[in-house]
Amino acid sequence: MHLETTHIDPSLLPILETVSDPEIPVLSVLDLGVIREAFEEDGVVKIKLTPTYSGCPAMDVIGDDLRTAFAAIGKKAVVQLVLAPAWTTDWISEAGKQKMEEYGIAAPLSETADKDALLGNAKVVRCTNCGSQNTHLVSQFGSTACKALFKCDDCQEPFDYFKCLK
Amino acid sequence: MKNDLYNYILGIADNSLILGQRLGELCGHGPNLETDIALTNISLDLLGQTRSYFQYAATLVEGEKTEDDIAFMRTERDYKNVLLVEQPNTHFGFVIMRQFLFDVYHLQFMKKLQQSKDETLVAIANKGIKEVSYHERFSSDWVIRLGDGTDESREKMQEAVNGLWRYTNELFQLTEADKAMVSEGIAVDVSTLKDEYYAKVSEVLKEATLTIPDDNYFQKGGKEGIHTEHMGYLLADMQYMQRSYPNMKW
Repeated sequence: MHLETTHIDPSLLPILETVSDPEIPVLSVLDLGVIREAFEEDGVVKIKLTPTYSGCPAMDVIGDDLRTAFAAIGKKAVVQLVLAPAWTTDWISEAGKQKMEEYGIAAPLSETADKDALLGNAKVVRCTNCGSQNTHLVSQFGSTACKALFKCDDCQEPFDYFKCLK
Repeated sequence: MKNDLYNYILGIADNSLILGQRLGELCGHGPNLETDIALTNISLDLLGQTRSYFQYAATLVEGEKTEDDIAFMRTERDYKNVLLVEQPNTHFGFVIMRQFLFDVYHLQFMKKLQQSKDETLVAIANKGIKEVSYHERFSSDWVIRLGDGTDESREKMQEAVNGLWRYTNELFQLTEADKAMVSEGIAVDVSTLKDEYYAKVSEVLKEATLTIPDDNYFQKGGKEGIHTEHMGYLLADMQYMQRSYPNMKW
């Protein structure tokens, strides 16, 4: 799981859990797996954050939110952006995927299934509204760079699919 | 060495910056909502990569310049992007063809950059390659869809490839900074990408039922800072805020 490769002081988890992704507010930064390190040193909380996509505009907001959350309990936080290792959708926790589905975004499939879905070879993306797999790709890019736009051919609802990134 | 690396980074970053700017111009002007969003998402990926490159470059000239200075405060001759990416947006088919001709190169370039001896460049490439693979798939699909489409869409795509073909060869030209960094094992020797590039491009154009131009006249100059007339207008637009309100921040 994503926590294996991270170095997070357990005492900081309750605060980190309160900071969410501004684009998908049901997901905390821990669910998303973007916090790679968080520990306290000389009274300062040092956090290493990794972007999902290079140009993800949510990163600046997440950095601000982290600083604000720790400031609220009287602690100074220093947030550093790190690029390596590159983020993958495997780092989204199982709980995170569940919350994402409930929110109306289909969670990323395995790499092979993802390719099939995006190339239109197989109908494998499940509609978040009715659960049907009778869905089709509308656009490879959805409301944000990390998502693709799908439509359900049974209930006719459009929905986002979180693309697999490896 | 440091100076060569700095110039090398700017050279590769400028391609992403200028193409990102061109695509950003389309925000709210795409032919439909989905493609509008797709093109601006690609723009965002490219600008994100650009920021990583410029932030790295800024550390090499510590204290002298910020990433914003590098992006906005240079004059035309100091930008080293290839001529292809600065070509103005005309119709959607043209935008897609320009994107496709760059994406095929960009993906090959990123694959090789992953083997660089410079670990920051490797990190940027490892991150960026995932995004660029999507871009290439998106633009290839559209080239095929429009080329192998109606008479009108095929005609427009053929006209686009004929007009842009002369800018492709420059992608494989080595600059002085390239040569210095290739010998250090840091830079990608872009001259070696040429055959694979034209093979891939030809394969897609063939599937799109388009004729591969047999034009042997190629234009270059961008990598030396000698740009087409479109570049000045692009920069006037892009640099307006920083020129009018120096050091402004969001």
